[in-house]
Amino acid sequence: MDDRPESEPRQERVPAMQQLLDNPFLLLFIGITIPTILYIVWGVMEIASIPVAP
Amino acid sequence: MAISPPQNRLWWNEPIERVEIGWVVVAFLWGLFMFFFMIAWHFIGGQNLSTETYRITPAAYEQKVATFAEKYQVSEESGVPVVRPPVGEDVFILARLWEWWPLLELKKGQSYRIHLSSIDWQHGFSLQPVNINISVHPGYEQIITLTPTEAGDFGIACNEYCGIGHHMMTGRIRVVE
Amino acid sequence: MTAIDVSHSGLAAARAAFRTCRFTGLKVDIAAQRLIMANAVAAVVFLAVGGLMGLLVALTRWPAVHLLPSEWFYLVLTGHGANVLLFWIIFFEIAILYFASAVLLGSRIATPKIAWAAFVLMVAGAIMTNVAVFQGDSSVMFTSYPPMQASPHFYLGLIIFAVGALIGVGIFFATLVVAHGERTYEGSIPLVTFGALTAAIIAVFTLASGAIILVPTWLWSLGLVAEIDPLMYKVVWWGMGHSSQQINVAAHVSVWYAIGALTIGAKPLSEKVSRTAFLLYILFLQLASAHHLLADPGMSATWKIVNTSYLMYLAVLGSLIHGLTVPGALEAAQRRNGYTKGAFEWLRKAPWGNPAFSGMFLSLVMFGFIGGISGVVLGTEQLNLLMHNTIYVPGHFHGTVVAGTTLAFMAMTYYVLPLIFQRDVIWPKLARWQPYLFGMGAGGISLFMMGAGTLGVPRRHWDITLTDAMHPFDLPSGGFLMMGLNGLAAVIAAAGGILYILITVGTVLWGKRLDKGEAPLTFPLHKQAATVAEYGSHATVKLPGTIILVSVFFLSFVLYYFVNWKYLSEIWLLR
Ligand code: HEM
Ligand SMILES: [Cu+2]
Ligand SMILES: [Cu+2]
Repeated sequence: MDDRPESEPRQERVPAMQQLLDNPFLLLFIGITIPTILYIVWGVMEIASIPVAP
Repeated sequence: MAISPPQNRLWWNEPIERVEIGWVVVAFLWGLFMFFFMIAWHFIGGQNLSTETYRITPAAYEQKVATFAEKYQVSEESGVPVVRPPVGEDVFILARLWEWWPLLELKKGQSYRIHLSSIDWQHGFSLQPVNINISVHPGYEQIITLTPTEAGDFGIACNEYCGIGHHMMTGRIRVVE
Repeated sequence: MTAIDVSHSGLAAARAAFRTCRFTGLKVDIAAQRLIMANAVAAVVFLAVGGLMGLLVALTRWPAVHLLPSEWFYLVLTGHGANVLLFWIIFFEIAILYFASAVLLGSRIATPKIAWAAFVLMVAGAIMTNVAVFQGDSSVMFTSYPPMQASPHFYLGLIIFAVGALIGVGIFFATLVVAHGERTYEGSIPLVTFGALTAAIIAVFTLASGAIILVPTWLWSLGLVAEIDPLMYKVVWWGMGHSSQQINVAAHVSVWYAIGALTIGAKPLSEKVSRTAFLLYILFLQLASAHHLLADPGMSATWKIVNTSYLMYLAVLGSLIHGLTVPGALEAAQRRNGYTKGAFEWLRKAPWGNPAFSGMFLSLVMFGFIGGISGVVLGTEQLNLLMHNTIYVPGHFHGTVVAGTTLAFMAMTYYVLPLIFQRDVIWPKLARWQPYLFGMGAGGISLFMMGAGTLGVPRRHWDITLTDAMHPFDLPSGGFLMMGLNGLAAVIAAAGGILYILITVGTVLWGKRLDKGEAPLTFPLHKQAATVAEYGSHATVKLPGTIILVSVFFLSFVLYYFVNWKYLSEIWLLR
């Protein structure tokens, strides 16, 4: 939600971090990706790689 | 106010309070410390949970434990074998509804490779009053190296809910000098 | 979503009916208001059912009372977990999401019809699971670890509930889009809405994990899937089970900020720091699901350390930041309001008689000191061995989710009643005491269960005397004492809980209507000097009281952390 219509009085450029924080769907994307990779996918790989008892 | 949009459109450019920066730095460093302390304990600490694990069918595990118990059984208590494995030998504990089987006799100060697995539901190995607590799954055999540092009778409770007999599930490790 | 909303927006916006709040000037969409009311009422009903079950559980675990027979104990404990942790909390959170989007942004709520469908699904699912529990063959605890199996409709109810909740979360996102598209607000969303957004993002991950694991489990209970791997189940299930607690954290931190704003006009010290703290939640909080697998076979130490530490404690950093900025914002506001003497006049002269404020502050303190510290200790890879699955664990999370979240939500209710239900709270004198009563009880059960767990008392356990066991042994007598004290504290908590239910239900039914006649309230309620600072602390750089409070907190944290390492270093050697 960072896009400012042209009709607005011109302001300074919105800093990149604020643009990120103002964008719910980008946040949603990274908020799902990180735990999916680090926790779920990595965790499932660990389990899948457990060897069979000798 | 926190319930209305920030008054300043470009709030990211506002200066931050000194007290806030100070606290963020302290908290961040403390977090780093705690993170590295966990890693360090793997090298300096004497208590780390082994992650050595194998897949095994319940039937195969039951067989292993039975063989072990038969080999080193020294007596019997209320129908359950009391097993005294030689020092350094692999030791097997079986979790099932609702007991930890068999009863064990270990030597103080000696290390044993203890195998843990369940043949039915999940159980919780809870050694008391030492307070060592480990989850036990069916289908997975976990091996930890345990060194008792005190002599006496130690109970094993079950602290993973395992059905209506959960509160009756116990076992025992006797540690002798 | 965007395309549909924009193409209909003119029409829908014209159709939506609004009222203007007489107290805050907020523009309230009537459809959103009705949805908030429905979800809040459902939440309170499930809290009543689940809270009562909590009391029965605690009375059974009180050795001298030992109320229920074992079958009933495990049944009621299963129901307690599901009703309070899932149903009460998530219904209330959906209400908060609708409030933080539609009401705070002055927007219409997106697709109210679908929001009602979501509500119906959630109610149906919650009832279905309760029926399964009460039929007696689903006493599997709300975690339902396989290979232990419940009836199919136990899982199906949870799935339907989760689908409903996920739709509710979708409505929140859609409402953000609508508000942005229709330009109902200027600039960035308010901090409280941002906190709600954090909760909503975590909720999507949570509910998706739940669906991924519960659907196959349901099929397994129907005999259509041969086997569910118990370890795999545990990893994915806790992606839901623990992350849902993180929704609570994000939601109740938002509630703290909201109550601070409504009560004394508090504003964040800096938007940047507070929002960055929420961002740390979005990025890292959900990794802590690994807390539940620290004592399990198969997972490598690297996986455990990276995940359990929220990637180097970065999400804990987020909480520690809020731990400073929330009291800091309160102190700054109170100082602006004229309470400037010494380090603590702002705190002494805070509106302690206002149940919203007192509940919020107690929630803040107990969440930090009890729930927060114990959570980090419990979530440390090696320290977990000392307490895993002992009753320390329920002790810890009653500190987070009862003394923290539930108390914060109760506090918020004292504003939801006048602002959304437009009813004056009945029995204001009793309402003053309610947060203290419940807070004391909740703090008590947390601490006593933690104490008992440290002494080895197992969780979810009907008989710690172990009399019927094949090889009985004695747990420390201190553990029995702690469980007795826990029972006493539970009675106090239950009294506070019952009072809350009576006040809430009584107000909704019989409270004086506030939509006409003289307006008895103006928000913020306790504000003396008006100031026009651009950002919160402008005029009040010095926050000595907050610095002292935070230092005490930090010292307790460090001390307790090392005490536990000392304790660990004394047990049997293990490698
Ligand atoms: C009157 C208030 C309450 C009392 C007296 C109470 C008491 C208890 C007790 C004694 C236990 C049992 C621990 C065990 O045997 O393992 C328990 C478990 C639990 N409680 Fe509460 N509680 C209360 C409110 C709540 C609330 C409001 C929540 C959530 C928001 C909650 C969430 C839980 C959960 C998730 C469990 C674990 C269930 C399980 O192990 O499956 N409780 N509670
Ligand atoms: Cu068991
Ligand atoms: Cu058990």
